Amino acid sequence: MTGISLRRLGALLRKELIQMRRDRITFAMMLLVPLMQLVLFGYAINSDPKHLPAALVAPTQDRFSRAMVSALELTGYYDFTHVGISATEAEALITRGAVAFVVTLPSDFGRRVERGDAPQILIEADATDPSVASGAISTLGTVAAEALQRETGASPTQPPVGIVVHKRYNPEGITQYNIVPGLLGVVLQMILVMMTSMALTREIERGTMENLLALPATPVEIMLGKVMPYMGVGAVQVAVVLLAARLLFGVPFVGSFGVLAAGIFTFVLALVILGYLISTLARTQMQAMQLTFFFFLPSLMLSGFMFPFRGMPGWAQTLGEVFPLTHFLRLIRAVMLKGAGQPDIAQPMAALMVFVLVYGLLALARFRRTLD
Amino acid sequence: MNAIEVTGLTKAFHGRKVVDDVSLSVARGEIAGFLGPNGSGKTTCIRMMCGLLTPDAGDGQVLGHDIRREARAIKRQVGYMTQKFSYYEDLTIEENLAFVAGLYALPAEAVRDTLAGLGLTSRRSQLAGSLSGGWKQRLALAACIMHKPKLLLLDEPTAGVDPKARREFWDEIHGLAADGLTVLVSTHYMDEAERCHRINYIAYGRLIAHGTVPEVIASAGLTTFLVTADRPGELAARLRKAPGVEQVAPFGTTLHVTGTDRAALERALTEAGASFQPGETSLEDVFIRLMGQSRDNMA
Repeated sequence: MTGISLRRLGALLRKELIQMRRDRITFAMMLLVPLMQLVLFGYAINSDPKHLPAALVAPTQDRFSRAMVSALELTGYYDFTHVGISATEAEALITRGAVAFVVTLPSDFGRRVERGDAPQILIEADATDPSVASGAISTLGTVAAEALQRETGASPTQPPVGIVVHKRYNPEGITQYNIVPGLLGVVLQMILVMMTSMALTREIERGTMENLLALPATPVEIMLGKVMPYMGVGAVQVAVVLLAARLLFGVPFVGSFGVLAAGIFTFVLALVILGYLISTLARTQMQAMQLTFFFFLPSLMLSGFMFPFRGMPGWAQTLGEVFPLTHFLRLIRAVMLKGAGQPDIAQPMAALMVFVLVYGLLALARFRRTLD
Repeated sequence: MNAIEVTGLTKAFHGRKVVDDVSLSVARGEIAGFLGPNGSGKTTCIRMMCGLLTPDAGDGQVLGHDIRREARAIKRQVGYMTQKFSYYEDLTIEENLAFVAGLYALPAEAVRDTLAGLGLTSRRSQLAGSLSGGWKQRLALAACIMHKPKLLLLDEPTAGVDPKARREFWDEIHGLAADGLTVLVSTHYMDEAERCHRINYIAYGRLIAHGTVPEVIASAGLTTFLVTADRPGELAARLRKAPGVEQVAPFGTTLHVTGTDRAALERALTEAGASFQPGETSLEDVFIRLMGQSRDNMA
């Protein structure tokens, strides 16, 4: 019985391969996960995002302001989505995260350029994610100067404008300010989805499901009974991460706690119901783990947590919208770092509620009241 | 009205008929035995009757409720004890009972009374997972009679339970039936079948015999002789080949020799030179014959 017998080894290998083939979900994961990672890392991720939405606040439209806009757009970094709006409107846009930059020209901009007294242009950048704005800001000075020099035909000895860059919300460009609030979303997602994804598979594996179904509990009651305890777990995690954000990392909290709490509550609800939905799809706890992982990986990469959301191509951004984490990141960063209020976060909030509804309905539809 | 009245129940899994056109009636207050070999469709039948499986064909009523449309009403009035222990092993006896009581919205006393009634009070803080087979069975029974159901569906409740615990279990079942509870109990122990008021025998998904034990035995029309021999093994081998002999079952030094044709049986035994006397046909003899018959029908 010593040494390696090819017959015995063959028998072991054959049995493993049969089991591998029978477990369809595992088999699919083995093929899909590498493919998914390849596509995401290869095509979707870009740490020097371009085509960032920008707003222009210019009381008067003249050839100089137009020259500025077209020169900035030519860099590829700026897309002026909102032109000729008021300062108040621009402020709302940047708080909501609808634009990454607000370029403000003084009212007598054209006249002062012609006079050659170097008027100041204010560029406000949303620096909550410091890496997003850096490329755009670095090209700024030269581009603006060249554009106006072409317009005025003046000598390049003296710069025609003065540029003031104002990095909003995170002037020192501290990465933690961006990462730590996002981390709350990631931690919640990882633990809560994983725990609740076992909810029904555990009953099935332990053989208690048959009894549970024979007892007079409705599908909604079973679902709520399964997910509500984990909302409590989520609450503890939120408290821990928020305290750590404050005490260990000194992340500012400028918004309203009530607004954030409402957002977190909705997010957590979406997560636990998503986990429950996974548990109605998986047959074993192992499959539940794999499905959770399969969801977790792209959401981490496409949500804007690891890499700037705006750096991704359009299809990847669209894909990113299907993850609750994407919307939660917008929400928590807006509230914690920018002091966004209820109206500013209406959009991500609505998105999270849609997730709660859709996941809940899918889970109830998937739930089998019988053993058929 | 009967507690169970179902007709033509049929269920297939992956194209294979597990239950085929089974009709069953169980009168109120009766202990009905549900017998058959492993894989004969007993569990599937029971699950269809308590709304856990949807029949492919057939319908009927359980406690006056339609099995297809009123599964919820049936669940409230039925106590179903699954074949495999299906309570929470990481909960104590009392916690398990409290869970079930909560789902039926029973008052807190229900748990206390049930614990006392089944002699579980002293063990109430023990984890269900650490219980022996007999105690697990007791817990499962306690949990499914706590809400005072009108019908008990017990799926092989005594599998893996020692004889003393089995005896006590059956005493309990008879006590409950005396109080008016209807019981359908599946088993493949013959001695348990004889404890039922009526039996229903299912093989290969078909109901092939039903009635009281003497009725079922009589309807089979079998004759059995008891044969004593010095070397029963050798005689048994010879008899099995003899015409008219359908079953030869050794019981110690005696052989139970069974067949439908009494004359042919006597001839075979005389030719074999065996000394024999008339014996009683047992339920087991009948079932083995029925099983053989229905297998031939399937082929």
